Amino acid sequence: MGAVKDFVKGLFLVELLQGMAVTGRYFFARKITVQYPDEKTPQGFRFRGLHALRRYPNGEERCISCKLCEAVCPALAITIEGAEREDADGTKSRRTTRYDIDLTKCIFCGFCEEACPVDAIVETRIFEYHGEKRGDLYYTKQMLLANGDRYEAQIAADRAQDAKYR
Amino acid sequence: MEAAALQFFQGFWSLFGLWDWLWSWFKPFWPLAWTLIKIVCILAPVVAAVAYLPYFERKVIAYMHVRIGPNRVGPFGLLQPIADALKLMFKEIIVPTKASKALFILGPIMGLAPALIAWAVIPFDAGLVLANIDAGVLYLLAVSSIGVYGVIISGWASNSKYAFIGAMRSAAQMVSYEISMGMALIVVLMVSNSLNLSAIVAAQGKGTFAGMGVGLLSWNWLPLLPMFLVYLISGVAETNRAPFDVVEGESEIVAGHMVEYSGMAFALFFLAEYANMILISAMVSIFFLGGWLSPVGFLPDSVWWLIAKISFILFLFLWFRATFPRYRYDQIMRLGWKVFLPLCFIWIVVVGAWMMSPLNIWK
Amino acid sequence: MEFKTFVFYMLATIMVLAALRVITARNPVHAALALVLAFFNAAGIWLLLHAEFLAIALIMVYVGAVMVLFLFVVMMLDINVDRLRQGFWNYLPLGGLIGLLLVGEMSIVLGGGYFGLGSIAPPDIPADHSNTKTLGRLLFTDYVYPFELASIVLLVGIVAAVMLTLRRRKDTKFMHPSDQVKVQRNDRIRIVSMPAEKEGD
Repeated sequence: MGAVKDFVKGLFLVELLQGMAVTGRYFFARKITVQYPDEKTPQGFRFRGLHALRRYPNGEERCISCKLCEAVCPALAITIEGAEREDADGTKSRRTTRYDIDLTKCIFCGFCEEACPVDAIVETRIFEYHGEKRGDLYYTKQMLLANGDRYEAQIAADRAQDAKYR
Repeated sequence: MEAAALQFFQGFWSLFGLWDWLWSWFKPFWPLAWTLIKIVCILAPVVAAVAYLPYFERKVIAYMHVRIGPNRVGPFGLLQPIADALKLMFKEIIVPTKASKALFILGPIMGLAPALIAWAVIPFDAGLVLANIDAGVLYLLAVSSIGVYGVIISGWASNSKYAFIGAMRSAAQMVSYEISMGMALIVVLMVSNSLNLSAIVAAQGKGTFAGMGVGLLSWNWLPLLPMFLVYLISGVAETNRAPFDVVEGESEIVAGHMVEYSGMAFALFFLAEYANMILISAMVSIFFLGGWLSPVGFLPDSVWWLIAKISFILFLFLWFRATFPRYRYDQIMRLGWKVFLPLCFIWIVVVGAWMMSPLNIWK
Repeated sequence: MEFKTFVFYMLATIMVLAALRVITARNPVHAALALVLAFFNAAGIWLLLHAEFLAIALIMVYVGAVMVLFLFVVMMLDINVDRLRQGFWNYLPLGGLIGLLLVGEMSIVLGGGYFGLGSIAPPDIPADHSNTKTLGRLLFTDYVYPFELASIVLLVGIVAAVMLTLRRRKDTKFMHPSDQVKVQRNDRIRIVSMPAEKEGD
């Protein structure tokens, strides 16, 4: 009996018509396209975009050159060199002399952010950036600090929102 | 209509007092010129339709995917085909070093030409046809059978494995489905008793239902429903459209016979594919959907019905593409040879017996 | 010169050139394509003779099907033209003899006097004469037995060709498509109901 039913179903192309009914229904459905440059989808506060290095409110950079981010980076995109520095009050502290992220290697996994003990390296919500040559996407310490300075308000607000889940 | 056109030209040139002098010189060429004018009148709308069909394809498929589709160039993206054409025109045509150069150029031309010359016998309205020949159906079959050369020649001349495999697949597929298309047509010829396309359309306007004012039900599609389906599906396969587009199965052989083509040469393949789609739709409309005949008695027959029917079949083509996944190659061959062909043979006998029985509805 | 004569000579010239190209072309694919061109011109000449059915059948059958399959084979083979040409001078006398014989026969036939063709009046063709209809009527009435016989011969040829090339491989992993098509969801999946968490834990 089942075989006869299947044969009739195949003969009258029932399943094909069912498939066409599905696409035919969606033809009239409300379109959900977001027209990107004009409209944008909402972002979460954990959005992982362009990197930034943060500073303390007094202007001191947060990074202590512990190199945890360099160690954890799965794409080997981070290069850090550190050195001792004589501070103004006479004590010595360890700071980076070089902090580079190669964004062509970076996979935006967010591990560096997770690993950082002082919340120095963070990922911002910025994703619309570009370079005209490959070298433009090699971000040095100065560029990353500049990012941090520019977007500090947003970064701080996002960290505050995320704080209770950490 | 010829007289009206002549009168128009006469009126125009008489303004300059040149008509008599011009006509004495031009008279032997007038039949040629008149045919050329008619060809332009047929092909200009076809080419415009070919240009806009990809746009509608992208729109329709996008809508079925719950997307919007092209909407950036011009209002609703209506200038998109022009932008695409300009882009393709300004691209370089790269001929591979080891390609057979003359054949490489000939390939796309051979692909497009049959799709355009077939329009010579398509009737648009009663008497409105470029060449009202008695062997119109045979002409269509012959012309559609040479379309395969464009694919084979380009595939071989490209000197590339992917192109060659694509050409082989396409040629085998087109040759196979031509047979079932021809067989399905034989049934149509049997019931309409003519090889002339105008006569085939006229034959569909007669019958019990047509007498009752619902001509829709006396067209060939209903009494010959299996052949209608066979012809439609074979038509999709013949044009190498989804779900039968193994010729350019992107995941296997990149773009089949067109891999090595760029710029306008590639555009010709594109145009050929869409021109073939429109042609097949026109043929389905004429053989099975009553051509220019009106579906209901109280509306007049006109060429707009034919255009509406062609558009409907074209929409079906796009709908198929949005719905069905690609067939496997051996299943395509099985469908053509082991399902459609026997079905056609059986149906020829069935319809033959039907026509000999007292229940014959095609008298 | 009448327009028809001009068309005839144009078609004939192209056809002869294409036919020459068939035997002189080094590349077999080019030769096959030249043959296609020759077929087209032959069809054109037949059209001039009001033999529209034959002309279209020539294009449909020979150009549309036979030559496509021919090209298939020729394209797949890597034909070494030099080796094929090795025996050229040895075979030239025999080939030339056959060629001369053919030319002689053709001149007898085309001369017309031998068969008294000149005495037969050309048939009177009415304007609405349909070549296809006449041919069809003749084929299915007067010549129906030869016609059916010819189709049987072709059928035997097809069966023979299939049987000669058929080989049943034991190690093939071929799946029958109709078996695959018949598969239902229940043949392939078994839905097991499992509690999301173990009880009692």
